[in-house]
Amino acid sequence: MPAHLRTLAGVKGDVTVEFDGEVTRRSILDALEKQYPMLRGTIREHVSGERRPFLRFFACNEDVTHESPDAPLPQEIASGAEPFYIIGAIAGG
Amino acid sequence: MSNVRVLVGTRKGAFILTSDGKRQKWDVSGPHFAGWELYHLKGSPVDPNRLYASQTSGWFGQIIQRSDDGGKTWFQPGTAAGEPTTTPEGMPKGESNKFVYDTSPDTGKPLTTHQWYDGTPKPWAFKRVWHLEPSLDDPDTVYAGVEDAALFKTTNGGQTWQELAGLRGHGTGSQWQPGAGGMCLHTIILDPKNRERIIVAISAAGAFRSDDSGATWKPINKGLHSQYIPDPTAEVGHCVHHVAMHPSNPNLLFMQKHWDVLRSDDAGDSWQEVSGNLPTDFGFVIDVHAHEPETIYVVPIKSDSEHYPLDGKLRVYRSRTGGNEWEALTKGLPQENCYVNVLRDAMAVDSLDSCGVYFGTTGGQVYASPDGGDTWTPIVRDLPPVLSVEVQAFS
Repeated sequence: MPAHLRTLAGVKGDVTVEFDGEVTRRSILDALEKQYPMLRGTIREHVSGERRPFLRFFACNEDVTHESPDAPLPQEIASGAEPFYIIGAIAGG
Repeated sequence: MSNVRVLVGTRKGAFILTSDGKRQKWDVSGPHFAGWELYHLKGSPVDPNRLYASQTSGWFGQIIQRSDDGGKTWFQPGTAAGEPTTTPEGMPKGESNKFVYDTSPDTGKPLTTHQWYDGTPKPWAFKRVWHLEPSLDDPDTVYAGVEDAALFKTTNGGQTWQELAGLRGHGTGSQWQPGAGGMCLHTIILDPKNRERIIVAISAAGAFRSDDSGATWKPINKGLHSQYIPDPTAEVGHCVHHVAMHPSNPNLLFMQKHWDVLRSDDAGDSWQEVSGNLPTDFGFVIDVHAHEPETIYVVPIKSDSEHYPLDGKLRVYRSRTGGNEWEALTKGLPQENCYVNVLRDAMAVDSLDSCGVYFGTTGGQVYASPDGGDTWTPIVRDLPPVLSVEVQAFS
C-alpha cells in the first residue's frame, strides 16, 4: 500500500489478509477494509465503490487496474506467493 | 497565567503553536498528518482539549481526525481497528470519514445538479471538508462545511455525519456554482444568543441563514453587488469569501466578498458596503476584535487575477468604526517584495485582555500580533502554504 495508507492503518510493510472464497480485487479490498476500517473510502469511494482515480492495482507484474473488480486473480496472489499491489500515481507535489 | 494554542492547517500537514500569554516565545509541534492537506482544525469551546481536524488528499479522500488531549494524540473517531464493521444485527456501522448527501424525500429534497463553471448542470459530488465548527454547547456535536457545498453535522464526536439537507434543497441549489477554489461551504457561524440560528457562506452562491437549527434556510444576500455575474444583485451566485461575527452582538456581521467588504446590522437581512478607503477591497479573510465588536481586520489583496498584496507590501487593515475608515498596520510585516496570499480561513483572534490577532500566508508564515494589530512578529516563517489558522486561549 502507499505510505500514507500504511500510516493510516498503523502498519509497516506488506499487509496479509485471509478470507474464504474467490480471490478478486473486490474480495481483497473487502477483506482489507474489514481488517483496517480506517481505510474505507480511501481506496474506493464510499458510495459508488469506484476506485479513486490516482490509485492503480498490479498483480504478478500485470496492471489489473482496468480489469473487472470481480475478475479472478492469479493463483500466486491467492496463495500469498506474490503480493497484490495498491499503487499511488506519481503525480502532484 | 494564560496560555495560547494556535492550530495551523497547511498543504502538507498540521502544526500546533503554543505560547504563554505574552505571546512572544513559541513552541512548534508538527507536522501532524505529514504530507496530507489539513484544510481546518478547530477546538471545542466547551472542552478546549477536544480538537477536530479535516485531513484530505486528492489520492485518498477525506479523513476526520479527533484529539481529546489538545493535539498530543489523534485518532479517527469511527470504527476502531480490529472492531467489526457491522453491528451484531448485521447492520453496517457508520464511519467517521463518510459524507453522503441526503437525497431522501423525508429529510431532504432529492437534488441532482448545481451549475458548473460554464453554466451547465453538474451532479453533486463530495470532495472534502473545508471547515469544522464545534458546537457552543456539546463537544460531541460538530458542523462540517464541505465541497461540493453542503452542511453536515455529527452528534457523536465525529463517528458519523448526517447532512442538514434543507440547505442544499431549499430551492436555489441548482443555481450555485463553484468559485476558483471549488464549490465550497467555508464559513459556519453559530449564534451564541440564539442557539437555533446558523449562518453559512458558500463560494460562489452567497450567505444563507437558518433560524431553526438547520432545518430550513434562506439566502441572505440583499445589498451584495457582484459585477461578474449576469444579474449583479441576484438572490444567489455571489462569491462570498468569508463572514465574521462578534459574539456579543450576533446581529452584526462582516463580510469579505470576492470584491467588496460589507457589514450587516440585521443578521444578514441586508448588507452595506464598507470598503471605504481600502486600497483594494478584494481579499479573503475578515475577522473581528475579541472585545470590540466594531473593530475589524482584513488583508487587502491586489485583484482577482493577482492574488498577492498591493505593491508587494503585506498590510493588515484595521477599522475601529465597523468599516469605511481603515488604517494600515505594517509594523513587523514585510513592506517590500512580498507576494503571498492569505486564504479565507487563515485569520483568527484570541480572547486575552490584549486581543491577539493571527494570520497565515501561502508563503508559510504565521504572524502574531499580541496587541490588536499594532505590531506583528512571525511565529514561524517556513511552513507549507497555510490553509487555516485558529486560536485557543486558556487561563
